[in-house]
Amino acid sequence: MLRIENLSAWYGEAQVLREVGLDVAAGEVVTLVGRNGAGKSTLLRCVMGLHAGQRGRIELDGRDIGRLAAYRRARLGLGWVPDDRGSYATLSVTENLTLPPRVGPDPWPLERVYEAFPALHQRRDSAATKLSGGEQQMLALARVLRMGARLLLCDEPTEGLSPLLVQQVGDLLREAKRHGVTVLLVEQNLHFATGVADRHYLLAEGRVVEAMDNSEVRSRERELLSYLGI
Amino acid sequence: MTGFLQNTFNGLVGGAFYALLALGLAVIFGMLRVVNFAHGAFYMLGAFGAYVLLTEAGVPFWAALVIMPVGLALVGTALERAFIRRLTRLDPLYNFLLTFGLTLILQDLVKLRYGVQSSPYETPAALSGSVDFGLFDFPTYRVFILGFAVAVCVGVWWVLTRTRIGMVVRASTERPELTRAFGIDVGRWVTPVFGFGIGLAGLAGVLAAPMRAVNPLMGADLIIVVFAVVVIGGLGSIFGSVAAGFGIGLVQAWGEAYLSDFPIVSQTIVFIVMAVVLLWRPAGLFGREEAPA
Repeated sequence: MLRIENLSAWYGEAQVLREVGLDVAAGEVVTLVGRNGAGKSTLLRCVMGLHAGQRGRIELDGRDIGRLAAYRRARLGLGWVPDDRGSYATLSVTENLTLPPRVGPDPWPLERVYEAFPALHQRRDSAATKLSGGEQQMLALARVLRMGARLLLCDEPTEGLSPLLVQQVGDLLREAKRHGVTVLLVEQNLHFATGVADRHYLLAEGRVVEAMDNSEVRSRERELLSYLGI
Repeated sequence: MTGFLQNTFNGLVGGAFYALLALGLAVIFGMLRVVNFAHGAFYMLGAFGAYVLLTEAGVPFWAALVIMPVGLALVGTALERAFIRRLTRLDPLYNFLLTFGLTLILQDLVKLRYGVQSSPYETPAALSGSVDFGLFDFPTYRVFILGFAVAVCVGVWWVLTRTRIGMVVRASTERPELTRAFGIDVGRWVTPVFGFGIGLAGLAGVLAAPMRAVNPLMGADLIIVVFAVVVIGGLGSIFGSVAAGFGIGLVQAWGEAYLSDFPIVSQTIVFIVMAVVLLWRPAGLFGREEAPA
């Protein structure tokens, strides 16, 4: 579904991605792991079309989307879940959910979203930034499901969440996967990553240095945790 | 008590102009990240346009109240398409150079044709005289300005908070890059929003014509205070710009009335308030720090 070839990216003079190549098949959940500054978030931003200084090829279903504006990529089915949750202070919870157009074949109706997230329903008229961190994370995920996005780009969705909420995020991603949604996930929590993902790419200094499956990550967990500095 | 009420009323009328101008600046800055230094020049063009329409074509105030904002909004639209959209990827210094340069050109073109002296614009007959409020009389035209400006602000507020267009504009104003990532073509809204902001400046200008001296520099005198209003309200905050507009109008009127023995304070009170607000809340009363996508 998603293929990235020779992707390089820069912040000014500093090169943060170096000829990255990876594939994500339809229906897969794939994580990007790596130390802080390895280029994981920049890679997601490049795919979403939010990073200007980049070179390389990004294909979605065989189509080169590398030159498309971010809004056009979203309309092709990319769902953006930013690391800061992307809540709008000037929009209510309902407005945050209904702002994006429906882009995929299976968008969640608002009623289904509220059924799945009773806390969001309870606070549907509040400003989104008044929600707790966990609720805002649920809102960010619920928003892309309501869009009907086919490929979710999630930047550290469990960061700063309690174990219970981490579990909820995991359940949600697994349910999305069951419905055929593809996920590319930046994640530092290896335990969480192996629980939801099919495969993993390890990034270091802007390069993909290893591709691993779940069993490999589990068997090398201690080594990887030490490498990641966790 | 009567004096206080009169000063308060005057402050609200002055604030109405600030609110209309600051509202336009806020929506433009919010969506384009462009500080439009030419806003005062469009206010002046609104007033001058009304004057020219009346004296050279006999077009009355009521027609000018529609023609000038719509006409200037169209000019703003063309300006955005031709020049302003090229600024978004450039250093903010170019923003200053272009819009300030435009101000000088517009002012000098008007000066060239009509000179620098102030031109009188008669209050429309239906709005002459005064309204009896029991404790005091107040000029009918000023009551009209206050009511009209409040109605415009409420109308804009209604569109912004109750319609899908408003939701998109609010989202694009708050976080344009994030909004693009959610499938919204923010660029499509930029031109009409810029035109709308300029139209509001033109509307304020027409309203000012019967009350203030119509001259080529009337916008330059006002715009400095309007920028202070926008900064106090929070750059890009739509509600903040309106609230701060009326608030600063009141502060100015009360300052002039009750601090007249301290002219240094009364003449600079707006900027004193701005400094205090910035020390207390660096992003303004209703502003937020910029968030990433």
